[in-house]
Amino acid sequence: MQARNIIVKPDALIDDIDRKIITATQAGLPLVRDPYRVVAEQIGIDTHELLKRINHLQQCGIIRRIGIIPNHYKLGYRANGMSVWNVADTLVQQLGHDIGQLDFVSHCYRRPRFLPEWPYNLFAMVHGHDRDEVMHKVALIDQLLGESNQGHDVLFSRRILKKTGLRLQE
Amino acid sequence: MELSLIDKQIMNHLQGGFPVCENPWDAISSQLGIDVDQLIERIETMQQAGFISRFGPLYNAHEMGGGLSLAAMQIDADDFDRVADIVNGFQQVAHNYEREHQLNMWFVIATEFPYQVAEVIQQIEDSTGYRVYNMPKQEEYFLGLRFEL
Repeated sequence: MQARNIIVKPDALIDDIDRKIITATQAGLPLVRDPYRVVAEQIGIDTHELLKRINHLQQCGIIRRIGIIPNHYKLGYRANGMSVWNVADTLVQQLGHDIGQLDFVSHCYRRPRFLPEWPYNLFAMVHGHDRDEVMHKVALIDQLLGESNQGHDVLFSRRILKKTGLRLQE
Repeated sequence: MELSLIDKQIMNHLQGGFPVCENPWDAISSQLGIDVDQLIERIETMQQAGFISRFGPLYNAHEMGGGLSLAAMQIDADDFDRVADIVNGFQQVAHNYEREHQLNMWFVIATEFPYQVAEVIQQIEDSTGYRVYNMPKQEEYFLGLRFEL
C-alpha cells in the first residue's frame, strides 16, 4: 500500500514552497552533516529561507516536532492498551492535560460518548513492555484522577488488521 | 543488535527535538560527547536495524486540513473476518485493530476533505450492515511521547 500523500489546507497559512518542503521531508531528513542545506538545494531556495519556513510550520502546528521517531515495538514496548475514561465534561480539559503530561501516554484525546453503551469521553493510549506494565500505568492514571474517575476500561489490541502510513511514513 | 549506552543517549536526546539551524548537529554532538560523523553513523545504523522508524519532521495530519476520525464497530465473532475484509478494502481506512471489547473493531479514517468522513462511514455501514460509532477527537492533550531508554 502506498503512503498517503499529505493533504494541505488549500487556503492561507502555507504556500507552494511550504508544500514543496513538506513533500521533500515527509519521508525524513537526509542523514548528512547539513540536512537543511541539502533540502533547500533540492527545492531551490536558500537555507535561511528554509529554516524560517520550517520554524513557521512548527509554530502553526503543522510540524509537531523534528527528530527521531522510534519504532516502539522494536524497542520492546510490545503492549498497547487504549485506556478510556468517563470524567465530567466540566473537568475533562484539565484532566486530559494532566494525563497528557505522563510520559507513558502517547495520545490523549477527548472524544464523544455514545450512551448507554459507551460512557467514555477521554482516551489515553498507554504503552508498556507487557500487559502488566500497561495495567500498572493505567492504575497510575486511576490514582491521578481519583474521585473524578467515574469508570474506565482498557482495550488491548488483539490483532492488527490493517496498517498503512497515516503519518506519511516512507 | 543491542543498543549501546551512547545509542540510548542519542535516542533519548533526539526524540526531544532536532535543532532548526544551519549546523544542527553541533550542539547535540558536544552535549553527548560524540563527533558529528559518528553521531550520524549511529542514527543510520539504528535506522537500518529498525529501532528508528524515521528521522525528520513529524507532521500533524489534522492540521493538514484533511478529515480524520477514529471509528468503532461491534462485530459478531463469526462474521468478523468478512467485515474486516470489507472495512480494510476502503482506501480511507488507515489503521484497523481488533480489540478486546464488545466494540471489537477500531479503525482510523483519513480522508482528503473533512466532509468525506461521514460519507465513508455511511458506505461502511451500508456495505457491512453494522453500525459505525464515529469518535472524532474533540480536543487533544498531547505533549509528545518519549520512550526513555
